[in-house]
This record gives sequence, structure tokens and C-alpha cells, in this order.
Amino acid sequence: MKKYKVATTISYPKKGAMGKTGTWRVFKPTLDKKKCVKCLRCWIFCPEATIIRKKDDSVEIDYEYCKGCGICANVCKVKAITIEREAKKK
Amino acid sequence: MTNVMIDTGNYIAAKAAVMAKPDVVAAYPITPQTTLVEGIANYHDSGEFKGDYICVESEHSAMAACIGASSTGVRTFTGTSSHGLLLMHEMLHWAALARLPVIMCNINRVIGPGWNIWADENDSISQRDTGWIQFYCSSNQEIFDTVIQAFKLGEHQDVSLPVMISYNAFILSHTSMPVYIPEQKDIDEFLPKRVPTWNLDVDNPITFGNIILPSEYEKVRLEMQKSQENAKKLIPKISKEWKKKFGRFHGDLIEYYKCDDVDYVLLSMGAIGAESKVAIDNLQKAGVKIGLARVRTFRPFPEEEILELSKKADLIVIDRNISVGLGGALFNEIKGKLYGKSDANVHGFIAGLGGKDVVFTDIEIMCKKAIKGKAKDHQVWYGLEEV
Repeated sequence: MKKYKVATTISYPKKGAMGKTGTWRVFKPTLDKKKCVKCLRCWIFCPEATIIRKKDDSVEIDYEYCKGCGICANVCKVKAITIEREAKKK
Repeated sequence: MTNVMIDTGNYIAAKAAVMAKPDVVAAYPITPQTTLVEGIANYHDSGEFKGDYICVESEHSAMAACIGASSTGVRTFTGTSSHGLLLMHEMLHWAALARLPVIMCNINRVIGPGWNIWADENDSISQRDTGWIQFYCSSNQEIFDTVIQAFKLGEHQDVSLPVMISYNAFILSHTSMPVYIPEQKDIDEFLPKRVPTWNLDVDNPITFGNIILPSEYEKVRLEMQKSQENAKKLIPKISKEWKKKFGRFHGDLIEYYKCDDVDYVLLSMGAIGAESKVAIDNLQKAGVKIGLARVRTFRPFPEEEILELSKKADLIVIDRNISVGLGGALFNEIKGKLYGKSDANVHGFIAGLGGKDVVFTDIEIMCKKAIKGKAKDHQVWYGLEEV
């Protein structure tokens, strides 16, 4: 990766460059794998790349970085993803 | 072979900008800058300017477009004036903090209300804290030479900052003077293609301008300050190289005019700086031991040079600007820098606001009043306050 010496706001591609953004979450998406038809709409629309696509096109949610925006639940045609207020940490 | 072109400051600046071969010019017209960007548009039409010309809907957009283009690593140029410069204010900070060497001509014009299109330096002086390097020119030849040199300075790896070249409305922007225009190949030799200090590149993806923590942000500011200090060393180097190659020299951070063996040194900028030379000639003929230090760069501020002058002479400062609630910017910055280091008296005048003409006879009167002690350690509004 090419690095620059100039002192200004440059950041380089890296997983979790902004820290564990999953801690920002208020609403949590939950995937019901039985309902999923592997259309990959959630994978396409997720703005944070926290829908992980497997080789067989099944998907998983990366809760470490998912901010809980709910877009995946909104675009899911078969309602396999539901979003609910996350349980309060005890 | 050198050609002589007789034209206005704006058309000369357009010629210089085009000869520097920018890849992108984005501009919005405003009096008295209009003929500058029209000039570049004409060169685009004739094919002499081969870069992209982006017509934008405002000055804020003009600077934003230059920032966008510059961040891909290419050379950029724009021009503006007065309210246009003020509308750019946010983007001026942005260009400097992003360390993008956008080069811009600003034609010093009054800020309204009331509506007035004449010369006044308050527009660019009020942008002094944006991080831009600021030049003030006093002839069309100096405009041409400074525009080309500004690209070399701003784009230098040790500087990497935007540069503003200011000249007074109409007195220079719309006045024709003969200007020596070098051959394109010699300009190309002096000013090679820009090598960016960073750039957006799809093959090497980076994110630019995102969150920065306080401790890191402070370092960015420190580096900007250091780069302005670097510019202090580079400006004389670049002007020396220019002199060697093209035979012309307008001074470094300061242009000294008849400053040897004097009791007083007059400090002025821009068009008043040019007019001051005539005043100095006349005063010296009359036996007054006075010289001129025409301030060419307001940022970086020529503090060492002014300190040296203050060791041998008292200073007389003319400001064509007013930081309301404090006073003239040049006067107060000089006073601040001399504090504790020099006992020289500093005499100040505010003159020429709103485009009021300041001719050599006015400057002679101001100098004589100063020598009589009428403006000692304070500023007098010339023509408005009786002294």
C-alpha cells in the first residue's frame, strides 16, 4: 500500500479503521436463515459491509461492526431480517 | 526570444496562468476579476489552454472544484475578488488544511455594503488565517512572474500549500503595461509537472478528510506552520532562479528600495507600494533619509526582515485595510513582532480604503507627518484625522 508523508487527514483501508462501530448500535438486525432466499439484497445495500457473504451465497451479520441502521431489514423481500431495539446491557 | 505583451493586469495573469499549464481551471466571474477568467476562457477557445475549464455556479463551488481536481494530483488555478473570495472562505481553509497547492489570483476590491468595486485590501487581509501563502503585487510584470513562481512554490514538497496572488482592483487589474513574456519552453523548464504530496488514486485507495483526533489535528497545524516557515526559505531561492533564467527580480518576501543609510523605512504593499517608490525618490531628493520596504508576502510574514530594518531605522507603515476594533493589519503585526526585540518607533497610517486614490504626494505628506512625530506608535486615518 502506498503511504504518504504529508501531514494531513489521510487514512488507509483497514478493517475497523474507526474502531468497533458495533458499540454504536441501538437497533439490532436478526437474520432468520430458514426464511433467507439468498437474493443478496442485504449484502448489496449494507453501507458498512457488515453483511458477510459466504461461498454458497448465504449471509451472516458481523455484529462487531454493524451500526444497526436497519437498511438490511428494510430491503429484505422475504422479511428474513427483523430489527429490534437491542437489549440493554446489564 | 522574449516577447513583449502590452495588456491589463488581468489579461497578463490569464497569460501567466495558461503558460503554467494547469489541468483544471474552475472559476466564477466577479468584477474586477471578470476579464481574468474571460482571458483564460479565450485561451481555451483558441486551444492555447489545453486543460479543462469548469464553469461553476459560485465561488464556493469554484474553490471546491479546484480542491477536488487538485486532490487527484493535477495542477489547478482560479481567480476571484472581494465578495467572491469571502464566499470561498470555508473552502480556503479546506484547501490549505488538505495541503493542496491551488493557485489563485485575487483582485483586491472593497467589501460591501455600500457597493463599491474599487481597490481595498480588506478582502484578502481577512483571509490571512486560512493557511494560504499571500503575495501582493505592484506591477503587471510582477503579476506574471509571481503567478508562475507561485506554482513552483506552492507545489514544492516542503510547502504543499495554496498560494494567493493579490493585486489592486483597476489600478493593476485594468491598467495596461508592457510585460516581458518568456518562451513556453523556458517556462516548462522552470516549472515542471506537479508531483503531488498525496493524491486520490483508484489503484491506491485512501480516505481523505475524515475524523481526526485532537492530538493528531494539532500536529497538522504545526506542520502547516512549518511549511510556511519553509516557504520563507524557498521564496528567495525561487526568485533567484527566476532572476538567473529570465533576468527579472521583484524582491523576496520584501522588495527593498533605496534602503541603505536611512533613518526611516516606509512599509507598504500592493499598488501603494509601487507609488511609494516615486515618493521615496522625491523625499530623498529633498534630503530626507528614507527608504522603502515593499512587503510582497503577508503570509509568511517577513518578521526577520522587518526586525533587521527596525535596527537601523524607524518604521512608517501604510495600511490599505482595517481590522476593525484593532487597526491596520500590517501595522499591528509589525508592532507585535517587534515587541521586546526592537526599540524602533512605528508610525502608522490608514489610507486608501474604499478605493480612495493614494498617490505619491499623499505618501510624501504621510512620511513628513510621521517624521514630525504625528503618528508615533499609533495609526492616523490619513485625510480624515487632522494631524
